[in-house]
Amino acid sequence: MKGLAPRVVTAVMGAGLVIGAAIAQAATPQKGGELNIVVGSKIPSYDGHIESTFGMIHPIKPFYSGLIRVNPDNPSSPTDFVCDVCAGDVPEGTEGGTKYTFKIRTDIKFHDGTPMTSADVKATFDKIVFPPDGIASNRKAYFKMVESITTPDAETLIFKLKHPSGTFIPSVAMPFNFIYSKKDLDKHGYNWHQKNVNGTGAFMYVEHIQGSHVKGAANPNYHHKGKPYLKGYTALSAPKMSVRLQAIRGGRADIEFRGFPPKAREDLVKALGDKITVQESDWNCVLLVTPSHKKKPFDDARVRQALTLSIDRHSGSKHLSNIAIVKTVGGIVFPKHPLATPVSELKSNIIGYSDDIKSSIAKAKGLLKDAGQSNLKFTLLNRGVDQPYKVVGTWLIGQWRKAGIKVEQDVRPSTPFYASLRKQKDFDVSIDFNCQSIVNPIADVSKFLPTAGNNYASFSDSELEKTYDRLLQTADVDQQKTLLRQYEKRVLNDLTSQMITMWWYKINPHRSYVKGWKIAPSHYLNQSLDNVWIDQEEKKRHGL
Amino acid sequence: MAITEFNALSADQLPKQKTLWNHVTRMARLQPLGTAGFVVILVMVFAAIFADYVAPYDPVIENYEYMLNPPGTFDETNERTFLLGTDAFGRDLFSRIIHGARTALLVGFTASFIGAFAGLVLGVGSAYFGGYVDLIFQRLMDVFMAFPLVIMALAIVAIFGTGTEKVIIAITIPFIPRCARVVRSSALALRELPYIDAARSIGYSHTRIIVRHMIPNVMAPFLIMLTAFVGQAILLEASLSYLGLGVQEPTAAWGLMLQGGAEEFAESAPWVPIWPGVAITLAVFGFNLFGDAVRDVMDPKLRSQN
Repeated sequence: MKGLAPRVVTAVMGAGLVIGAAIAQAATPQKGGELNIVVGSKIPSYDGHIESTFGMIHPIKPFYSGLIRVNPDNPSSPTDFVCDVCAGDVPEGTEGGTKYTFKIRTDIKFHDGTPMTSADVKATFDKIVFPPDGIASNRKAYFKMVESITTPDAETLIFKLKHPSGTFIPSVAMPFNFIYSKKDLDKHGYNWHQKNVNGTGAFMYVEHIQGSHVKGAANPNYHHKGKPYLKGYTALSAPKMSVRLQAIRGGRADIEFRGFPPKAREDLVKALGDKITVQESDWNCVLLVTPSHKKKPFDDARVRQALTLSIDRHSGSKHLSNIAIVKTVGGIVFPKHPLATPVSELKSNIIGYSDDIKSSIAKAKGLLKDAGQSNLKFTLLNRGVDQPYKVVGTWLIGQWRKAGIKVEQDVRPSTPFYASLRKQKDFDVSIDFNCQSIVNPIADVSKFLPTAGNNYASFSDSELEKTYDRLLQTADVDQQKTLLRQYEKRVLNDLTSQMITMWWYKINPHRSYVKGWKIAPSHYLNQSLDNVWIDQEEKKRHGL
Repeated sequence: MAITEFNALSADQLPKQKTLWNHVTRMARLQPLGTAGFVVILVMVFAAIFADYVAPYDPVIENYEYMLNPPGTFDETNERTFLLGTDAFGRDLFSRIIHGARTALLVGFTASFIGAFAGLVLGVGSAYFGGYVDLIFQRLMDVFMAFPLVIMALAIVAIFGTGTEKVIIAITIPFIPRCARVVRSSALALRELPYIDAARSIGYSHTRIIVRHMIPNVMAPFLIMLTAFVGQAILLEASLSYLGLGVQEPTAAWGLMLQGGAEEFAESAPWVPIWPGVAITLAVFGFNLFGDAVRDVMDPKLRSQN
């Protein structure tokens, strides 16, 4: 029944993946060349401390460094961090995990020529962790455990924590923590970086033409010696996916960092064959189903449990991964992190994860009957974005139909969708998401806390809060694991306060002459571009 | 007194009574394109009414075993044929096209009938009363007509939200001033005719004069507008759904089907966007051709040329 074409595409894609990986490992980086990136979102401002969009990270991050970062040679690991502007290895906590001492490199200069010292790093983190009144800091909440930041000398930076914390180091490694010059902050104020750039990154700002592109040129004084390999890069603005796809296909662009859906990957591979390398990864992003507990009948746990029981996640993973950017079945923690609950354990311990969907649906029908909701009807609020929101929304409606639940979909553009989800909270059940940059499980699962600012399920539960408080204050991995399991069971089983659908899956097809860039579990990570290089011989083969 | 004698005529001497078939063939001969349009409309109406019986499969049931199967796929194991292929969710496109006719006609007929009738009443009323009533109504209509149809519909959807009923409202509102303006121009001439004065002088109520004596005389432009509106409404519904602001999944609607397939599957599964595109084109074409024919038949100037 299936044609030959899909098999050919799969074979070529597989070959592309293998060959691409082999070449990437074997070849020696070459200097020179310009990288053309396509970016599907706008740049609200240049200030990493207040922004959360990849539309800013992809074109602007190469201008900046961080204190530490994910290992650019091993970005798929959620626990491998290396120093960026610090020296040596990422420090271990001392004094019972409450003190972190970073040695700061003294050979680093900002693009304007100012030498960088520990005072600049302190000024940066003071802005992020202790912003003055009226100054926004999007990641302030991640650093609640920080008591003080001090600099005994120009080479040393000390973070003193209120209690040991497993979330501290991943929080420091977040790619949004751009290192700013103290001189700039003192002279121009805390809002200057929204419209101006002066970093220590691999590339220096050249120009930004609004709605067109951002250009960067190699920083000759970059602190990671011998890098960057590229002469420069241009980040082209292309909000429509079809435009980004055609840009890569036509050679106008070399790479897109957010990711394409599976069909787009197949089209590119079919058109360009071995001129395309495809990198794929699990993605630290998950779509949730959030029922409003203040609305009847979703105040009844049995009804919420029936909803999760009707969802066949395993079959969804198999089929939806062919048409959408979702794939991996998991619990509340990023499935590839050591703290995540394995699928085998989820199957036996968490409702809605069983392989036996028939039995699950029968249970769901029973629960609905007990709750007097055999003819349950409701409206699913969804965001008007195809990938993966609308695809998953339509799939969920089909899943619920099998349990006799009738669902209509109310798809709204992003602004009214967020207004309904976050402010009015007038929905029955809504699609929601939990997307993060650094994989930081303990911080990431705060989304499920009833008191979290980004939890829209409208409920309260003191047990969940207590478990999370204990989780926050332990640095012991085994204890973290135990507490996370308790927390997960409470969220997904006892309360079924929210439901996990599937974790996203990142697909990055790019021109095969782009080397050195490795996919990470988030589209925010590994975007310094200092490892990226162009294979000129290979590029000639592409006729470009 | 002379008596004229009449001889009874035999049956074959009598002029032949015209049958319905005669009328149909005559219409087909005089208005071949209009007839073709009417046939398309008939097929659509039939599909919409009997969709549950005509469609081979449930249009909303997902079947991932059959994702993106090309047209004419036959599954021997389950003896299933997908005449027009399947979409990304494994749903039969032929069944969705048939059920989509129901959505298209529901939106098309409801929006155009309500919009045109409201416009008829407002247009005739405005012309009949004249003065400040006419002035205020017409300025209001000017405001509405200042916006292009799609922009107006988009604005209304933004206020009311998405879904079939709301799309009907969004399409109905911009139709009202367009019909009212055309109908008013005909009614203005009628208002000055002596029989309207006569009706006033014998004390007929305003409602009676408008409903019994004016509206029937503006039916020609009204019917032309009405048929044109149906095609426009179908196109507008498809446009709104294509933009993600109209009917929502999993409802079968042509614009929505086009939107779901156009960007992602145009290359790898072109049948996904092609069939709803063909359906929209045929439907709009059918109503436009039929509307043109109605205009030709009802316009005395054009009729005399035939």
